[in-house]
Amino acid sequence: MIRLEHVNKFFGELHVLKDVNLTVAEGEKLVIIGPSGSGKSTTVRCMNFLEEPTSGKVFINGTELTARNKTRVVRENLSMVFQSFNLYPHMSVLRNLTLAPTKLHGKSKAQAEELAYHYLDVVGLRDKAHVYPTTLSGGQQQRIAIARALCAETKIILFDEPTSALDPETIQEVLDVMIRLADEKITMVVVTHEMGFARQVADRVVFMDGGQIIEEGTPEHFFTHPENERVQQFLGKILRN
Amino acid sequence: MLSAFSPEAWARVWAFRDTFLLGLWTTVSTAVLAILLAFSLGLLFGLFSTGKIRLLRVIARVYVEIIQNTPIVLQLCFMYYALVYAKRSIGIAAAGILALGIYHGAYMAEVIRAGIEAIPKGQFEAAQSQGFSYIQQMGYIILPQSVKVILPPMVNQVVNLIKNTSCLYIIGGADLISQTYSFVTGASTGGAYGPAYIVCGVMFFCVCFPLSRLAGRWEERLKVRDRRAVAAVSSGPIPRRVIRRGQKP
Repeated sequence: MIRLEHVNKFFGELHVLKDVNLTVAEGEKLVIIGPSGSGKSTTVRCMNFLEEPTSGKVFINGTELTARNKTRVVRENLSMVFQSFNLYPHMSVLRNLTLAPTKLHGKSKAQAEELAYHYLDVVGLRDKAHVYPTTLSGGQQQRIAIARALCAETKIILFDEPTSALDPETIQEVLDVMIRLADEKITMVVVTHEMGFARQVADRVVFMDGGQIIEEGTPEHFFTHPENERVQQFLGKILRN
Repeated sequence: MLSAFSPEAWARVWAFRDTFLLGLWTTVSTAVLAILLAFSLGLLFGLFSTGKIRLLRVIARVYVEIIQNTPIVLQLCFMYYALVYAKRSIGIAAAGILALGIYHGAYMAEVIRAGIEAIPKGQFEAAQSQGFSYIQQMGYIILPQSVKVILPPMVNQVVNLIKNTSCLYIIGGADLISQTYSFVTGASTGGAYGPAYIVCGVMFFCVCFPLSRLAGRWEERLKVRDRRAVAAVSSGPIPRRVIRRGQKP
């Protein structure tokens, strides 16, 4: 479904991704963890070309992503949930959800609204359809953002640290929605620091450090007997609390 | 010569009121067309200067710098006299509209560029990640949010453009200033300087002042809108039945 081949990314002099190779199968729930600055976010952002790799290839559903075809390939295959929600503040929640379906996916207003109400039910926020996003709490905004991603009905959803900007009390309401999504056929790639979520939901966990993938495996393998010393260190610190 | 505020002077202005109304009409119609041109150029070059294509960014930069760093009177003379000498005269009215449109287009381009750049990067990324093309991103997501940033300086440009129609005087236009000047210096009409320029000024003020006020109100409304929470019952129909989409929870 998603394949990165020898992906390198430079920001100026900074070499943030070093020869990353990664394949995500259809329906797989992949969790990427690692310290800040390890290249996790950049890896996910390369998958929908928010960052274009300096070298290497990205394949989505068999098609190589290029600067020319990215708009179409992304539209048809990928959605994204951001750390900072990025809802459109000048539109009501309902309009946020129906914009792409009506303008990009050829749905009528009625079809798009039906879809929007359905996914508002999924995230438990049907009563917020007519408010503006800035009136909502962070957790609610993120659940709306997830509903917006679902409205595109793409097979892949990328989550770039979806709970990192939330206060501790609202993290769980967002994770609960994501856990429920994980039962679906959707392919999910999640960058997160939530180890509980990774353990519960991931089919596979990838650990990145210094722009490289240094360990990957099932959650059991990963959380019980990690081989790499750097991973042991990281988990030791993060799991203590 | 008449005393500036004598009743005869006012009577003379009143007698020739059509001259002033014609001038006002020329000024307003020239301004409207020039505003349309300026806005189109501003939007186009504003998008160029925030886009990804280097060549277009350079073109936008060159346009803005050349226009902003030479006087409008020069541009107007060039547009009119240079073309007359080249035997390709386009007429006073067209030269005026073009010159004013191009001049204020450069300022509007900068206003629109600043408005686009004021929108957080996350909005572009969200739009891109949904698969909106560049033009769609601008049309649906970025520009509607820029409006409240763009509006005050934009109206400022519109007001300046209306006032700058007075430059048409230099190429012999029929705008309000030119008409007023002809009136006060005319052999048969001359002398009523005070009332004539007061009337001319009042006319300009009556056009420009409401515009400024209107823009201020509109801007306030947009700011309020962004914070507004509409009660679910107050707008939009809620479908009576929501069909379950099988596989979803």
